[in-house]
Amino acid sequence: MTWINQVVQGVLLGGYYAVLACGLSLMFGVMRIINLAHGDLVVLAAFIIWLIVEQSGASPFVATLITLPVMALIGWALQRGLLERSLRTGMLVPVLTTFGLAIVLQNAMLQAFGADMRALAPQIGDLAFAGWAIVGEIHVGQLSILIFVAAVLLLGGLHIFLRRTAFGRQIRATAEDADVAELVGVNARATFAAAAALATATTALAGALMAMRAAYDPYSGPVQLIFAFEAVVIGGIGSIWGTLVGGIVLGVAQSLGAQFHAQGFLLAGHAVFLAVLAGRLLVDRIRSGEGLQRTLGLDS
Amino acid sequence: MHGDGALLACAGIHKRFGALVVLDNVDFALKADEAVGIVGPNGAGKTTLLSVLSGAQRPSRGAISFQGMNVTALDAVRRCRIGIARSHQIPRPFAAMSVFENAYVGASAGGNLHGSLAYDHVIDILRLCGMLTIANRAAGSLGLLDRKRLELARALATRPKVLLLDEIGGGLTDSEAIELVATIHEVRRRGIAIVWIEHVVRILVQIVERLICLDAGRVIASGSPHAVLTDPMVVKAYLGGTAA
Repeated sequence: MTWINQVVQGVLLGGYYAVLACGLSLMFGVMRIINLAHGDLVVLAAFIIWLIVEQSGASPFVATLITLPVMALIGWALQRGLLERSLRTGMLVPVLTTFGLAIVLQNAMLQAFGADMRALAPQIGDLAFAGWAIVGEIHVGQLSILIFVAAVLLLGGLHIFLRRTAFGRQIRATAEDADVAELVGVNARATFAAAAALATATTALAGALMAMRAAYDPYSGPVQLIFAFEAVVIGGIGSIWGTLVGGIVLGVAQSLGAQFHAQGFLLAGHAVFLAVLAGRLLVDRIRSGEGLQRTLGLDS
Repeated sequence: MHGDGALLACAGIHKRFGALVVLDNVDFALKADEAVGIVGPNGAGKTTLLSVLSGAQRPSRGAISFQGMNVTALDAVRRCRIGIARSHQIPRPFAAMSVFENAYVGASAGGNLHGSLAYDHVIDILRLCGMLTIANRAAGSLGLLDRKRLELARALATRPKVLLLDEIGGGLTDSEAIELVATIHEVRRRGIAIVWIEHVVRILVQIVERLICLDAGRVIASGSPHAVLTDPMVVKAYLGGTAA
């Protein structure tokens, strides 16, 4: 029963990772940018929400709604002002740019908000700890369920938006071939900027959920980035539902790992990530015609 | 400007890539619902001329007008939206998207159509191009003929007033060519003007009423297909310098 419980908790944790990861996945899927500042943007969003709650006494949910367009605007400005320029020089420069941006964000937040740990748990009352007993030892937290539902709604919404709407289809067309998209009347620059705004807007939701379920400080970003990155890679880059699957696999692995050993939480997550990465590499090699024996170095 | 009352016209077009002159003082005018074929040996500048007309490349010198408006400074996106569409010699479909979605992007962006209007227009265009039965297939899974059809459908989906076609008939069998000619006839019947680069002249002359021959970036002949194809300059250009 304990194991089943760990799996259930892992699945629910996976919902959080999926919310965390979908902005990163979208940035890479559309613009081919690996945004190393993604985690720090999540933390920035959490601080903005915290600031609004502190200053106005508004509910964290209202503050999150206000923060969504703010983060969208930041994403739009980043694309237009910074990433678009760095993309002209190839793949590497945007990685360095977002790495630099991450450091700037971390230190700016330290300067603005101090090194204290913050959390929104006190502001959401019972929701932070209340739960339901399902059967036997299995308890699920209300917040965990809320986060999982939010993840399914967000990813489902994104999926429908990209698959069914005119603008979503234009984003996919531009992601595939920006030059051809322009020849059929799509303004690629504006489309990229809108996609960046959308991807960054999701950090508002991720930031809110992070702050409700755990404490954070200005240097919490890189850890969030690693979890998001692992979820994206496990689920398959650029796939919306894959991100949810990736998040769940990561969450379950961590949850089961923790059952073995206190340090097993992180270790199991990283191990699954590496195993999936190695498996993908192997499959790619075999498919590209190198054959299993050569791939494994058994032919010599 | 050259060609008053023309739908699409260019005057004194020069295009240089470094020291290489690809277009040398090209004048060209197209009336509304006219169909003009462009022929010429490889490297004559035919595709570059289409690129300059569609806005994919800027001319080094010269001006382009569309419906009496100077459009030289407009980029490819804006020219597509005002009614200049182009299909490529080598098809470049959005491979991960369906046939329907490929055309839909053209209809919603370039054609500025929304909702059911865009949907109906795409269905109409796919029917015209004979692609309705494969509308839901991934574009990346199509063979060459269907890729060429899709290139045409996606351009038509943008609701052009003039269609620039680059070698769309190349590599087709006779029966495929007959089908293509029927489709282009229907496009013309809808009042869309056509500029068509084609090596397969027997396909071209079934559609166009006028031919232009380019050689080394210059217009060396212009007029009825028969007159152009029997012009000594044209014959010489095709056979090379040794014909003299």
